[in-house]
Amino acid sequence: MKISARSADVEFRDVTRRFGNVVAVDSISFTIASGTLVTLLGPSGCGKTTTLRMIAGLEIPSAGTIRIGGRDVTRLPATARDVSMVFQSYALFPHMNVIENVAYGLAVGGGSKAEQRDRARAGLELVGLAGYDARMPSELSGGQQQRVAVARALVLEPSVLLFDEPLSNLDAKLRRRMREEIRDLQQKLGLTAVYVTHDQEEALAVSDVIVVMSQARIAQSGSPAELYDQPATRFVADFIGGANLLPCEVGPHRDGVATCRLGPLAFDLPHRGIAAGGTTLAVRPHAIRLHTHPAADRLPARIRKATYLGSHIEFTLDSDVGELFAIASAGDGMQVSQGASVHASLGPGGLALVRD
Amino acid sequence: MPVTILTWLGIGWIGFLLLPWYGLEDGITRTPLRYYLGDEAGPGLIQAALHAKWWLWPVAAALALPLLALRPNSDHRRAGTILIVVGTAGLAWISLQGFALTHRGWGWSILAEMFGPTTQRQFGMGWGAASVATSLLFLLTTGLARRGAMRGDAFVTGAIGIVVATVALFVFWPVIEVLFEAALTNDGRYGLMPLANRLTTQTIWGLGCFQGQRSCGVFWNSVLLATIVGITTTLLGLAFALLAQRTAFPAKPLLKLVAVLPVITPPFVIGLAIILLFGRNGAVTLFLESAFGIPPTRWIYGLPGLVLVQTLAFAPIAFMVLLGVVQGVSPSMEEAAQTLRASRWRVFTTVTLPLIRPGLANSFLIGFVESLADFGNPLVLAGNFNVLSTQIFFAIVGAQSDPGRAAALSMVLLAVCLAAFFLQNVWLGKRAYTTVSGKGDGGMHAPLPRGARWFIYGTAVPWMAFTLIVYAMIVVGGFVENFGRDNSFTLKHYVVTFGIEWGQHGIVWAGRAWNSLFTTLQLSALAAPLTAAIGLLTAYLLARQTFAGKQAFEFTTMLSFAIPGTVIGVSYIVAFNVPPLELTGTGIILVICFVFRNMPVAIRAGVATLSQIDKSLDECSLMLRHGSFATLRRVVLPLLRPAIVAALVYSFVRAITSVSAVVFLVSAEYNLATAYIVNRVEVSDYGVAIAYSSALVVIMAVGVGLIQLVVGERRLGRRGGASSILREASA
Repeated sequence: MKISARSADVEFRDVTRRFGNVVAVDSISFTIASGTLVTLLGPSGCGKTTTLRMIAGLEIPSAGTIRIGGRDVTRLPATARDVSMVFQSYALFPHMNVIENVAYGLAVGGGSKAEQRDRARAGLELVGLAGYDARMPSELSGGQQQRVAVARALVLEPSVLLFDEPLSNLDAKLRRRMREEIRDLQQKLGLTAVYVTHDQEEALAVSDVIVVMSQARIAQSGSPAELYDQPATRFVADFIGGANLLPCEVGPHRDGVATCRLGPLAFDLPHRGIAAGGTTLAVRPHAIRLHTHPAADRLPARIRKATYLGSHIEFTLDSDVGELFAIASAGDGMQVSQGASVHASLGPGGLALVRD
Repeated sequence: MPVTILTWLGIGWIGFLLLPWYGLEDGITRTPLRYYLGDEAGPGLIQAALHAKWWLWPVAAALALPLLALRPNSDHRRAGTILIVVGTAGLAWISLQGFALTHRGWGWSILAEMFGPTTQRQFGMGWGAASVATSLLFLLTTGLARRGAMRGDAFVTGAIGIVVATVALFVFWPVIEVLFEAALTNDGRYGLMPLANRLTTQTIWGLGCFQGQRSCGVFWNSVLLATIVGITTTLLGLAFALLAQRTAFPAKPLLKLVAVLPVITPPFVIGLAIILLFGRNGAVTLFLESAFGIPPTRWIYGLPGLVLVQTLAFAPIAFMVLLGVVQGVSPSMEEAAQTLRASRWRVFTTVTLPLIRPGLANSFLIGFVESLADFGNPLVLAGNFNVLSTQIFFAIVGAQSDPGRAAALSMVLLAVCLAAFFLQNVWLGKRAYTTVSGKGDGGMHAPLPRGARWFIYGTAVPWMAFTLIVYAMIVVGGFVENFGRDNSFTLKHYVVTFGIEWGQHGIVWAGRAWNSLFTTLQLSALAAPLTAAIGLLTAYLLARQTFAGKQAFEFTTMLSFAIPGTVIGVSYIVAFNVPPLELTGTGIILVICFVFRNMPVAIRAGVATLSQIDKSLDECSLMLRHGSFATLRRVVLPLLRPAIVAALVYSFVRAITSVSAVVFLVSAEYNLATAYIVNRVEVSDYGVAIAYSSALVVIMAVGVGLIQLVVGERRLGRRGGASSILREASA
């Protein structure tokens, strides 16, 4: 018995979900390619869980169309969708043991009891829990419960596998390991997976594509590197990786490059369709370097606060262009006392022009 | 889904072709062919074909048309439309023909005027009609599901359908019938004048007691009594709650006992014990006479006695309510007040009391309604102090036998109770300040001020002692010759009540109570699973499904809690005494009465437990390809087991102790324990009454002990809160 995947793509077209007067998801469209892992990322209340539940069939859209594998499933109930889900709380049935939990969904599809057992065992083996058949959920650790939940969803060989913040109940160390296991499994089986999280680091680590949501809409979607290197908006720049958002003046652009003036400094950056005039420059904390001596491409600044964190130091700086948050590796002999004058250089890299 | 349609169609056809169309009690057992072909026990088809009951043919048509929906390749939504139309029309026709033609010919005078007299007669509907109606109802709900209602889930639409239909039939319709009854003139017509006359009579609203006459109207009597009892029970309940929660009172288990006792005590039993203590021949009265020469009086019969008895009976309920409220006051609030340099007294009066004020109002309303609805105690103790609940009873069974007057009184009583229920739900619902958030809420409650502590000890402890004495009376009273007069030990009352003899053919149940006891246990045991089933189904719909009109649905299902038993009794007599639904005198009407009276208890137990079960378990089961019925069966029900047991046993116990509603509905064949005891009390046969009552208390103590045993042992230790379900259910 082998567990394989029958992956399909997912398409949202102008999907809206209203709860009374509240618009939880506002006319969003996106496509999830077959065999990829897509993360829905955003702060709480942004509509990501509602979006996931609409793929599952636990919520029915107020408007728009959802297709899975080309089939219109917009109005289909959850039972008829060929989609599985791993719940935030795992939702293991507490009155059934591990193998009964894993075989639960197989009972509907037909097949003999023995076949169901074999398939359930194969699923448990896949998540590294062979031999745990007779345990009750309450006798398992958090990580083991998580694996049972994954196995239970996998054995149905769903066309789409959904994860609703699957790691939020685990401690930091286990979370790291589990996300790697989930990613490995997804790649090994070629599953189409949709993953909801509010943890940007988790999203960067596991995804092929990240869909960043904000206020019921999609803020930006793309590969992790695209989102980090070329955030489209202030929100995305700040939410993924964090950024200093500084007001700057953009000059006319040529050959896709525009000159951006920030106080005494000037940078040539990809203009990305931003018109000349005032806009925002996103500067990653890592892109700020501190020096003891002034230079033409350095901003004078004063250290307001320095927090020592072992591998690095976090600085809050006051400068003419506004407050700066910088991260520097420790141990390069810098004078870091509070109130000290320093000179900050920005870039290269880690700078991007963003829309408001 | 064709399977669903086929099943319900099959049941409908069985009902139409095989089961007797008329008569519920003995119809099924008469198998011989001449009955089968006769116009009494014949099924619908025979009635229509052989006995000229042509108006039953449309029923056959309604059962034939759904076959159209079964054609292969028929459009899903069109089939749904067919089922909806056929189901609605069929149900409408069945009720219409039932009302139009009754046992006395035309049911409506307008039909007689239009068509002239008729010789046709119809009896009450029977099993045949019932199964056809059920079948049509479920065809209708299946049709709704096919049209996409409830995400196309036929089980959910069916469940909503059956709950709505039965609540409408057995709660709403009878109450509406009462309204009509109150407007009925002597010659069988309806008019606003008789309604107005009956509703405005001096015997209800009179203020004679302020003008030197003997008594006021029953409305004022009832409201006065209820107000006093509401206040006394709330104060005592608060004292008990503070005693349990905020003092180092050593005998707290006793408090729990005092709290459980009223659950298992038939309501009039305390009145009985009070008569044994303070009646003209009571122990205390006789002692006072012999020791101090105080002549015996009848002071206990009337307002003072009623206040005493109802306070005894309902203070424990107030205790249960206020215990939860006092527990819910966050200690951090009181600690915050203390750190702001408030004294103990200031903390108590400016923080603790204001936080529990909505709880106090709630407790007052509960005591108020309990007192209004109480029937057993006024029956034995009211004397000349007339109250609504007993006046309703006497208007029906007394020499006057005036159902119209009973109906009018019922409307007044119902209006007051519903007003209290509205207040509780709409007004108080928004004002609860005490919530257990589950966040860091540790800390110690502020100690009570000294004055409050002494007040609590001074009221609660003597009252507890008094309660225990009263219950001791119930036990002792059964074993003495003639309480007060002749206190020698005897078993004679128990022998008379529960005697067993060995006759020629084995055991002879010679005691006078056996007959009613067996009936009571049988009907209660029958009603309990039905109550639990419909109550938990309703709870599932309320806790797990969302649909249009859900709030109204919730409100109406809880409403039968607010309808006093006496009103239910009257309304059942009025509604179910004549065709098309002729149920009086049967055991069925008692079972139905039990089910819909006690359903809210099961709903509360179910909702309380369901709210502790993570909703994602249901959703997960749906994701794993199980429909909602399979989910209910394989996931929800196994986890709901404690609620099932609680609902079962509570509805069983409450069925045994109920008296107000059933006293109207018992018959010679189906007599119940409580009705029998009330009867004994009325003829001053206290020995048998008290012996029987104490036996009932013991039976029910065993019952409650059983639940606590079973509910205490939950399979999933981590989901605590079993005791809160008990409290919820008993409150």
